[in-house]
Amino acid sequence: MPERVAGEGAPALSVRGLGKRYGRGNVALDGVDLTVEGGELVGLLGPNGAGKSTLTKIACGLVAPSEGGVSVNGSAAGSLSARASIGYLAELFRFPVWLTAGELLELHQQLASSPGGRREREELLELVGLAEAVHVPTGEMSKGMQQRLGIAQALVGSPQLLLLDEPTSALDPAGRRLVRELLIELRGRGIAVLLNSHLLGEVERICDSVTIIDRGRVVAAGGAHELGGAGGVEIETASGVRRVENVERSAIPGIVRELVAAGESIYAVRETGSTLEDAYLAAVAEDHGTDGAPSR
Amino acid sequence: MSAASRQAAPGGDGGIGAQARLGSVIARYAVRESLRRRVLPVVGALTAAFLVFYALGAHFAFRELGELETTSPSGFVDIDDRALAGATLTGLAMFATLFLGAVLATFLTLGVVRGDSETGLLQPLLARPVARGTILVARAIAAAAIAAAYVLAVFAVSVAITHLTGDYTPDQLLTAGLQLAAAVVVITCISVLVSVFTSSTAQGITVLMLFGAGLTAGLLGQIGDALESATLIDISEWMSWMLPFEALYQDALYALTAETSGVTGFLLSLGPFGGARDTGIVLDLFALLYCAGLLGLATAAFMRRDL
Repeated sequence: MPERVAGEGAPALSVRGLGKRYGRGNVALDGVDLTVEGGELVGLLGPNGAGKSTLTKIACGLVAPSEGGVSVNGSAAGSLSARASIGYLAELFRFPVWLTAGELLELHQQLASSPGGRREREELLELVGLAEAVHVPTGEMSKGMQQRLGIAQALVGSPQLLLLDEPTSALDPAGRRLVRELLIELRGRGIAVLLNSHLLGEVERICDSVTIIDRGRVVAAGGAHELGGAGGVEIETASGVRRVENVERSAIPGIVRELVAAGESIYAVRETGSTLEDAYLAAVAEDHGTDGAPSR
Repeated sequence: MSAASRQAAPGGDGGIGAQARLGSVIARYAVRESLRRRVLPVVGALTAAFLVFYALGAHFAFRELGELETTSPSGFVDIDDRALAGATLTGLAMFATLFLGAVLATFLTLGVVRGDSETGLLQPLLARPVARGTILVARAIAAAAIAAAYVLAVFAVSVAITHLTGDYTPDQLLTAGLQLAAAVVVITCISVLVSVFTSSTAQGITVLMLFGAGLTAGLLGQIGDALESATLIDISEWMSWMLPFEALYQDALYALTAETSGVTGFLLSLGPFGGARDTGIVLDLFALLYCAGLLGLATAAFMRRDL
């Protein structure tokens, strides 16, 4: 009989009723529920101080929860088995300036008991566009290079769950595209990703679902396009721009077909109206009161 | 049992064999860090300067020994001037070695917990399946090994200099060296414990102030001996046990002249920064438990810390 794989069938990340208090009154998280399935790319959004980083840190065992539970691939978050199956890139991180990129990855291979050896190191550096930097000390790298190296570090040992806290904050547009493509590729390999980011466009473009938290509570959750809701469409035709409001995204091809059937020449089609940014701002504003001020 | 209490304590489990292997990885990392961060070259340069000055001092001290009056006016008191000068110089060298060793131990453990977590160096390591206690103990062992090896090496060179310049060798050379090395191991463990609670700068200041407090206790003991004040002697002894690196240093001083008797032996018992005291194996066992206790406390506090 084949051995049962630990965590088989369990979500990559399961967060239930999670609460975290610092000191006596500072509530960082309050009853948060969140699930990331294998091969799913979930975006975690929220304003500064919403509790996103705290949630990520609890998931990788750096912070102990005050209440609720978090499991990673079926193991309690923070346990060695849970940590053996994750890759983590912190928002504020630093690598020892005296280590080269290759040495840093080798250190993490040893800590993660990865048998990948030199080949894995070369592949990871290639993946993040740092193939030429294997012998470069991290202290001589730009912040963007360090962030890409951080992503490579998180991928050491082929983790089942990636916890990325603002992984593109220091990257230029080319670097962001590289990371986007990398995350999509990882999803294709079945790796679950929790992406904590302020870059709404990026999240909207690549994430399967989005959870918005504010002041420690989940204020909205769902698919990126579901959250965005019905917006509109602008269609450039030979007779001018036609605007149609309150249409679902799925209805746009039908509208275009009708126009073509009616003899219109179509030059461009643009989605307008409600986007993830609108949904985000609406959810956060609702949580703070209608005027957007915190409703304490 | 609540869900929160069922949550694994961060870094609190794992097989001993696996953690021992990971501990060796962390220890090697710590050793490489100390070599690459240029702490050792700087300490090496300072040590070389100290040894050069020590050699000059020893050379002139022994050369002028013949001009010293080493008998009483009545001519009955016999003092072994070579032993007196040799042990005094070696005692001074031991003090300097301990001081340099304490500075090295402090720098090697600077920011091991709170300092590194504030800069973001620690988090990537702790996200790996390595227990927090493993990281702490491995870093302490690596720093203690380097500091102890350093102290033994400097002590050996200073003894060699004393022997070459004055033909003097301590009575119990190995014991003196080992006790001095043990004193630096204690300082290393104190520094690791302090690193859990304070930032790097505060850690350095705290450890060096504790080192100073230990030396002050030794001085108090000497003053107590001279004044025959039981209170001062008691305070000194209590402080020496609370900060056992001082007691180990005093034991190391004793080992220099353990087999020297008479007036020379008495004079030599008044060592620099703490009179020589024979505390024996009890002290070594106490120091061992003390270090284990410090690392246990440090680990317990580290495991409760949110990073």
